[in-house]
Amino acid sequence: MSFEILTYAFMHRALIAGTAIAILCSVMGLFLVLRRYSLFGDALAHSSFGGIALGLFAGIYPLWTAYGVSIISALLITKIKEKYNISGDASIAVLLSSGIAVGLVIISFSGGFSLDIFSFLFGSILLVSVDDTVAIVALTGVILMIILLLYRQILYSTFNERQAKVSGVPVDKINYLIIILAGVTVVTAVQLVGVLLISALFVIPNVTAIMYGRGFKQTMFISMAIAVSSVIAGILISYVFDITPAGTIVLFAIGVLAVTMGIKSAGLLSKN
Amino acid sequence: MLNAVEISNLTVKYPDVTALDDVSFAIKQGDFLGIIGPNGAGKSTLFDSMLGLNTNYTGTIKFFDEDITKSKTYHKEIGYVPQKPEFENNFPATVSEVVRMGLRKKSDDNKVDEILQQLWIHELRNRRIGELSGGQLQRVFIAKALVNDPKILILDEPSTGVDQQSIDLFFSILKELNSKQGITIIWSSHDLDAVNKLANHVACLNRTLFFHGKSETFFSDDKLVKQYSEASMQEHMHHH
Repeated sequence: MSFEILTYAFMHRALIAGTAIAILCSVMGLFLVLRRYSLFGDALAHSSFGGIALGLFAGIYPLWTAYGVSIISALLITKIKEKYNISGDASIAVLLSSGIAVGLVIISFSGGFSLDIFSFLFGSILLVSVDDTVAIVALTGVILMIILLLYRQILYSTFNERQAKVSGVPVDKINYLIIILAGVTVVTAVQLVGVLLISALFVIPNVTAIMYGRGFKQTMFISMAIAVSSVIAGILISYVFDITPAGTIVLFAIGVLAVTMGIKSAGLLSKN
Repeated sequence: MLNAVEISNLTVKYPDVTALDDVSFAIKQGDFLGIIGPNGAGKSTLFDSMLGLNTNYTGTIKFFDEDITKSKTYHKEIGYVPQKPEFENNFPATVSEVVRMGLRKKSDDNKVDEILQQLWIHELRNRRIGELSGGQLQRVFIAKALVNDPKILILDEPSTGVDQQSIDLFFSILKELNSKQGITIIWSSHDLDAVNKLANHVACLNRTLFFHGKSETFFSDDKLVKQYSEASMQEHMHHH
């Protein structure tokens, strides 16, 4: 393998945008996994598919419509869940299928699948533009800043809502904030791995990191490291072997998880 | 002396049952109140209402003369230790991270170490929370409740399912907090002997308030003790 690929501008953009998305997804994902919302990212991604189709159909930049649809459906599903007492997994299933259904109907109106739709379904990290890269890095910065500012409140309400409430943490507001941030994160990350593989980025590095980490911050940094190395390795390997980056990234992360499980089974990790 | 807590005509009605019926009592600053009563007596409902988790009640609850429905800051004066510290068993957080969650001001970082030392869990500070024994966990959650220097500590039957040695240590910690630091303690318990040893006031609750007063008065009156001991109150409930 030559280092020539590291000289291409598109590769620089892919690696920068990919690293930012990896960090963002692993941080957001850790909160979602611990809140038992592992599949929420998946559901939001599918609903954002409806948004993307809408944007392409209406001639609006599809990511903007995807952000809108994703945030609205996240809030809507939370409200519906509360009001009608539907279980978490069922509400996720509803959200997931409605997004795809809306997307499919809009696509058939606009005369079938286009290349753009495929790139959103399966990711197109090697095609990100300079503008996209700047937007991804900026959004990542903003979301991480919000999480850093409200770190204690978010962590506390993830750990135990009841106790957080007693301590004066505005738990309901924090929950909505998490959901909105997850919606924004998902649409941002769609460009890297696509709608279909998004939850892998949210869940796999965190499931792995939880097995290694002792404390929360430590787990978060381990998860970031796994996510970033999976993304970088995935992009480079896929380019060298001319295979899809999204699939390669996710397979790499799964590989790390499998090795971790092996180490744990062999009794080399402390029990927890 | 100022009333730390003042509860007047507190009534909580659920669709099929009245959980608390016209309960009134006051707790002075520095008091150690033991609340006793059978399961389903409304102890948890009382605590939920005092902690702002249940707002569906009539009557008033005041902390330091301030109605909790009108105060946004009363949480600051209260430390709360739940009955069972519920969390995901594999939650990746260390003991000191959990205690720090209770901390309101970031600048008080030394406070975490101080409180861990005070509760004999400093050596556990880097252990993962899911690896601890029941007694250790209990002290971690007391530490979390104490980290903001609350004036009132509320404990909901916290000695359930903990070994005797831990219970003894826990009692001596409570006693010290109350006598040396002047923290007002409100503690619900099944253990009449322990309440006798520790609390200077007793409240017997079984949906209504049966007795509230000094613990000497309560425990020196055999008839009262017998009448209000858990077994007889349990029976009392069955008859209704």
